[in-house]
Amino acid sequence: MAHLTLNHFLVIGALLFGFGMLAVVTRRNAVAVLMGIELILNAANLNLVAFGRYVAGGISGQVFGLFVIVLAAAEAAVGLAIILALYQMLRNIDASQVTTLKE
Amino acid sequence: MELQHAAHHLAPLATQAASYLWLIPFFPLVGAVINATMGVRLQRRFGKGLVHSISIGAMVASFAVACVAFATLFGLDGEHRFLQDTLWNIFTAGKVSVDLGFALDPLSMMMTLIITFIGTLIHVFSTGYMADEPSYWRFFAYLNLFVFSMLLLVMGDNFVLMFFGWEGVGLCSYLLIAFWYTDSQKAAAGMKAFVVNRFGDFGFVLGLFLLFWALGGAWHKGPEGKLTYAETDMASLHTTANAGHEAGEPAAEHDSGHVKVGPTLNFRELRDQIVITSTGVAEHLKHQTLFGFGLLAMIGILLFVGAMGKSAQLPLHVWLPDAMAGPTPVSALIHAATMVTAGVYMVARLNFIFALSPTAMGWVAFIGALTALFAASIGFFQYDIKKVLAYSTVSQLGFMFIGVGVGAYWAGAYHLLTHAFFKATLFLGSGSVILGCHHEQDMRKMGGLGKLMPTTKWTYLIACWAIAGFPWASGFYSKDEILWKAFTQESMSFLGMPAPWLGQLIYFMGIIAATGTSFYMFRSYYMTFTGEYRGGHGDGHDEEHHGHGHTPHESPLSITLVLAALAAGAVLAAILGIPTAWSGSAPILEHWLEPALPAIVKFAEASHSTEFLFQAIGVSAGVIGWFFARVLYKDNQSHVPARLLERWKRAWTVVYNKYYVDELYQATVIRGSVGIARVLSWFDKNLIDGLVNLAGAVTRVFANIDGAIDRYLVDGAVNLVAGSALSAGSILRRVQTGRIQTYLYGALVGAIAIVLINFIIK
Repeated sequence: MAHLTLNHFLVIGALLFGFGMLAVVTRRNAVAVLMGIELILNAANLNLVAFGRYVAGGISGQVFGLFVIVLAAAEAAVGLAIILALYQMLRNIDASQVTTLKE
Repeated sequence: MELQHAAHHLAPLATQAASYLWLIPFFPLVGAVINATMGVRLQRRFGKGLVHSISIGAMVASFAVACVAFATLFGLDGEHRFLQDTLWNIFTAGKVSVDLGFALDPLSMMMTLIITFIGTLIHVFSTGYMADEPSYWRFFAYLNLFVFSMLLLVMGDNFVLMFFGWEGVGLCSYLLIAFWYTDSQKAAAGMKAFVVNRFGDFGFVLGLFLLFWALGGAWHKGPEGKLTYAETDMASLHTTANAGHEAGEPAAEHDSGHVKVGPTLNFRELRDQIVITSTGVAEHLKHQTLFGFGLLAMIGILLFVGAMGKSAQLPLHVWLPDAMAGPTPVSALIHAATMVTAGVYMVARLNFIFALSPTAMGWVAFIGALTALFAASIGFFQYDIKKVLAYSTVSQLGFMFIGVGVGAYWAGAYHLLTHAFFKATLFLGSGSVILGCHHEQDMRKMGGLGKLMPTTKWTYLIACWAIAGFPWASGFYSKDEILWKAFTQESMSFLGMPAPWLGQLIYFMGIIAATGTSFYMFRSYYMTFTGEYRGGHGDGHDEEHHGHGHTPHESPLSITLVLAALAAGAVLAAILGIPTAWSGSAPILEHWLEPALPAIVKFAEASHSTEFLFQAIGVSAGVIGWFFARVLYKDNQSHVPARLLERWKRAWTVVYNKYYVDELYQATVIRGSVGIARVLSWFDKNLIDGLVNLAGAVTRVFANIDGAIDRYLVDGAVNLVAGSALSAGSILRRVQTGRIQTYLYGALVGAIAIVLINFIIK
């Protein structure tokens, strides 16, 4: 059983970021986009904790991770609220259809 | 030479300040201004009475002040008779200094009294004559303005004020001749007077410039025969002249101690420096030449051209007969008594200049004699009573110029005075007749008025008596004095050549003219006042149209009283000029005018018996004229005039048409000016307009080019910038899709690109 190194965590983090980014960029459903963002945030979390464990030491990485989790919760709430408002206004949550930012 | 002899006792004029002189011209000016600005309203609200009260009041006040001045002047002794009133300096520029100053010496005093006295009488006469005139106020405003200008002319102490007055009387003359301006013929007569006067004024101004300039320097012939103008050092002139005098006449020195020499416009300063020989100015002027002509002769002749215009001498006399289109009081005041004598006055005032040049003297006297003769002959055959008087005036002015030309300045001035009285009487008498005959001026339609208008008849007869030169009326004394002086004058030149015969020639011309004067005056008297009235019936169908062909009537009191006063003056003025041969002492007027006429002119000595003989010739000339007039025209009985007319039809036509002088002017001056105007108009239309149009076209071409550059180049550049910005915007706006995911693509690609660049650069 090979020893777990920093690189393993970084690869997982990069994959998570990639999948999250893919979801954000490609999915049309606004809720799915939000879920993509969650994946990106968790990728960042994983990197923070991994760097905290292997490079910096101490707990600062984990504290940052906790902050990001709280931030993600707040972000999810706000994001869902925006989606609800959007739905109420446009009866639609398809991100490719909502182009009011154009004007 | 004579001048130098006399110069011992000629001192600079002592002046006496008299601060009230300005009032004399001021009153008529005020009257004119009031009537000109408020006359219409005054006349409408208060009637004509107030209008003429203002005017006559101004005249009376002016006359009263003139009398005070006369009393003051009379109280001084001869040498000091010079009142001066300088108000302020009008302008000073270099050597030209002009003051608003009035001066009265015996000559201008005489003129002032004539103007204010006769002017007042004629104002009174006008109240009767112009009673039916709607623009009564305008007439009186003009009359007052005229008197003001005339007083300015006479009283101004320098050439500039004189010239103001000179032009002012010309203006008033124009305004009054064309008083009834709706009649185009009368308006044209006014314009004619104005334009002809301009010809003369031009000469006057030129003469003035020459005089001013001559006092300042001289032309000298340079080394290569080139003429150069150099200012004369008057101080050195003064000393050299003194040096010359010192040997023989040391007495001359003290005179010139405080005489200002050099160019001046002031009459007194001019007189002092020319008359007092020790300044050397007179000698200096005598020797100056311009283009080979004597400068003084040129100055004299040019100044006289001005006098010819104003005083209607040949060939500038044409305006005066036409001036009779104006109201009759105007003819009496302006075109007989005062304004036309301005030229005579000017020559008399500048006697010291004219006396220096025998050529100028000869010229003045000869033109005067020619005019006297010429105008008298036209007067023979005129039928319009005012035309007769007009030509008579021209002729009498000729006599005055004989007087001032031959150097008998006081006699010329005396004839001016007597003429003012008797010609004013004649004109106003004719005015009374014209009024009585309901504005009929043709003597053929008059006749027999003696019974109907006794006062007019008698005053007219007295004036005829005076003008014809019968003894005991004023005209005799003045005319005989002039002719006598002409005969004894032997030192004149004719166009630069000494001509001792010129005086005698002028005398004979004068005697013939005097005979003619007597003839045409008595002809007009007999045609008008004797025989039967020819107006209301028979040949006069004009009157029927007017609806009042009934008998003429005597004029109102305002007219007859004035006539009586003037006729009395015409007789009484004789007292002023009783000749030495009769009384043993110098005539009163000659003595009075002596200080103002310092020029000494030499006349041939002759005994009193010769003088009596010449007076007898003068009287017989008058008698001959009267006799023929009586035989031919009394009571309209004789058929001789008609027969003579048949016989000499052609000659008569020439004279009746005034020798075709007007036609000559028409053919030369007027046709010439119109021709020149036409050439200039052609020139204007074709050449100047062409040039202007060319310039316009060129400008337009340039403007078009410029416009094109603007439109296509400048506007193009601006539009290009704007267009490219616009198209860039429309291209770039596609990037802005509004889809969040597109933006994210962008952000992602950007991030990857940064990372890649980071790798590559490393």
